[in-house]
Amino acid sequence: MRSTWFRPTRRRTAAAALVSALALTALAACGTSSSDSNEGSGGGSSDPSAPLDPKTKVTLTMDCMPPAAKAAELREWKEDIKTFNKQYPNVTIDGKSTPGQCEEPTRFTAALKGKSQPDVFYTYFTDLQQVLDNGGAADISAYVNAKTVPALGSIDPDVMNVLKKDGKTYGLPTSNYTMGLMINRKLFKQAGLDPDKPPTTWAEVRKDAKAIAGLGNGVAGYGDYSATNQGGWHFTAEMYGLGGDVVSPDGKKAAFNDAIGKQVLTNLKAMRWDDDSMGKTQLLKWGDLQKQISTDKLGMFLAAPDDLTYMVQQLGAKYEDYGMGPIPGGRATLFGGNDYMIKQGSSPDKIKAAIAWINFKTLTPGKGQFDWARSKSDKLPVGLPQPNFWTGDTKAGDLRSRTDNATMPVENFKPFMDNPVKGKAEPAKAQEIYKVLDNAMSGVLTNKNANVDSLLSTAEQQVNQVLAN
Amino acid sequence: MSAPTLSTSSMPVKPPQHDGPPPVARREILVRNLRRNLSAHGFLIGAVLCFAFFSWYPMVREFLLAFQKNAAGRTTWVGLDNLDYVFHDPAFWQAWRNTLLFTGLALVLGFLVPFVIAIVINEFRHAQGYLRLLVYLPVMLPPVASVLLFKYFYDPGYGLFNGILHFLHLPEQQWLQSTSTSMLSVVIASTWMNMGGATLIYLAALQGIPGELYEAAELDGAGILRKIWHVTVPQTRLILSLLLLMQIIATMQVFTEPFLLTNGAGPEGSTTTVVYLIYQYAFNFNNYGAAAALGLVLLVLLAGFSAAYVRLSRDSES
Repeated sequence: MRSTWFRPTRRRTAAAALVSALALTALAACGTSSSDSNEGSGGGSSDPSAPLDPKTKVTLTMDCMPPAAKAAELREWKEDIKTFNKQYPNVTIDGKSTPGQCEEPTRFTAALKGKSQPDVFYTYFTDLQQVLDNGGAADISAYVNAKTVPALGSIDPDVMNVLKKDGKTYGLPTSNYTMGLMINRKLFKQAGLDPDKPPTTWAEVRKDAKAIAGLGNGVAGYGDYSATNQGGWHFTAEMYGLGGDVVSPDGKKAAFNDAIGKQVLTNLKAMRWDDDSMGKTQLLKWGDLQKQISTDKLGMFLAAPDDLTYMVQQLGAKYEDYGMGPIPGGRATLFGGNDYMIKQGSSPDKIKAAIAWINFKTLTPGKGQFDWARSKSDKLPVGLPQPNFWTGDTKAGDLRSRTDNATMPVENFKPFMDNPVKGKAEPAKAQEIYKVLDNAMSGVLTNKNANVDSLLSTAEQQVNQVLAN
Repeated sequence: MSAPTLSTSSMPVKPPQHDGPPPVARREILVRNLRRNLSAHGFLIGAVLCFAFFSWYPMVREFLLAFQKNAAGRTTWVGLDNLDYVFHDPAFWQAWRNTLLFTGLALVLGFLVPFVIAIVINEFRHAQGYLRLLVYLPVMLPPVASVLLFKYFYDPGYGLFNGILHFLHLPEQQWLQSTSTSMLSVVIASTWMNMGGATLIYLAALQGIPGELYEAAELDGAGILRKIWHVTVPQTRLILSLLLLMQIIATMQVFTEPFLLTNGAGPEGSTTTVVYLIYQYAFNFNNYGAAAALGLVLLVLLAGFSAAYVRLSRDSES
């Protein structure tokens, strides 16, 4: 008997097309929901520059309340609300916590598109353009002044500038970071190297990596990312360290296909294939290197100081086993950080209440997150070099308090602290550029015969296309 | 109950004044039908609403989104700009090449291997149940667990596969970490993870073939291969064609395996697929317009491909 399948009708053709269409349904799940502008009840001064009237009743939904698993941090959060409420009894802080990072980019993007972010939402420094494109954040310029944020003048202007666009302020910082070289002090000692003198040039990194890899037993000397856009991110940091850049100053052309770009890739290729000091497993992403170094399988990688908090709190590492030096090259380093923004459409009272709380919790030296004595008594990490967005006397005072209450050997970070490198922001269209540069990084780390010139030239063409697009 | 009256050609036929029963009667019939099938209609409404909200509405939104841009909280129509962006993305053609490579390899491996396994299992008289279970087991594993397993197998440093090669004094491979083997490695893992379902379907089809056909073929002196070619394949052609079509549609949308095994991109972007690119547009670049536009390109191509396939099959038949 012949199959009826081979005698399709016109209707069957259409049905097959429909089947295909339905099979693709999953692709289409990009809907947005309606906006939710949950206003607070007004009643305060109409002058934006005046602080919030304590009698005004406001409820704030607030990102980044510590989750239950972080018991000490959550206790401090609640304590701070109590203290804050003594001054502002009518402000209710309704904290929202997430189990992992305070901001997961995919969830955040979806919330932003659906306008379902909390009244006060947590973002990365690099998010500003995305937030503005989506009409997500209120212009708080008129609300932020020396009366509402007394320590405003002590905040590093570079940090504040990241949160401004066209002269308008859209956020207040909670932390910042610059990248450096994280080292495993145990492996340094075992390899006969001095952990108090981490390498400061790529030639030294290569030499030390080789010595550490020589310990055998699957230990890698140096590790780097080459996946999920983080390869491109590290390539950029390495370019900055050597005084290079990934895009031209006007942001219109790729700028990495030069001697510095070649040096970065050639060096990594040599460490991976000639020295065999980077391990065999590549295509690593954020979290992989932290795991390796926490289990004493890795000697060095580029990191920010808060990677260490993650390693200790999540992976069981010990603070005393790690240290940091400046980024190799030391000409500039990639910087970033986190901040709070206030949802567009919030009432003036809500904005004032939010600024009052952010000021109390994250921008007052000696209070909130900078109450180092309390952090010490709560057995939380004290002594990491960052957040470090203060300047002048405020910075000196904060560092003194941090050192006095340190719960870890702060001298391990001396090479990093004593050799501050100027921070440099990520390029525009960073993620798209990083995706292209991932290929250059994975090229040299997975292909013994990779042609560095060709990788750079292909990446240059592609980045130019991305920038022109 | 009266017997139905039959009209014959000799009887004068009065032209009907209404199409069907009068309105009152129609309403009554409708109400009666509704009452009689109340629970069925309830279920139907639930299903229709679910489809409307979770399938049809997003599809319409996706279609509209492909021609829109969200900027400063406002949605603006941008015509074909999103498509223009997608076609000028350097990753676009690479993603298509990779997807077609995956589809091609998955068809060779994922289509043939389960068919051959089904034929082999069908030949066993005993322990067929155990064999079926054995083949189906990987499908029951959560995909993430299977992927973790294969990640370990493929690891060039500590992996099982390289361990075996090393033991046999054969050169070790880079598996997922080389542009020349990355996609094949993904396909092998994917085939292993998904072949159980296809094998069982083939097996069911094979068991429906009347034994007399094989006996007749044997009497005609056919060997194993000729029996497969002249009896098994024609008898299972319907199911083979259906699965082939479904497999093409599914493999063109591959996402999970390359995403989990190679973080989506692989060495030098060699495992970036079209759906992963859609994911990147939406969630890494926050460009929902481009994501929707590429989704639309894929939809149109797959719908066109499916229709062409069906038409080709009809032509070959005629």
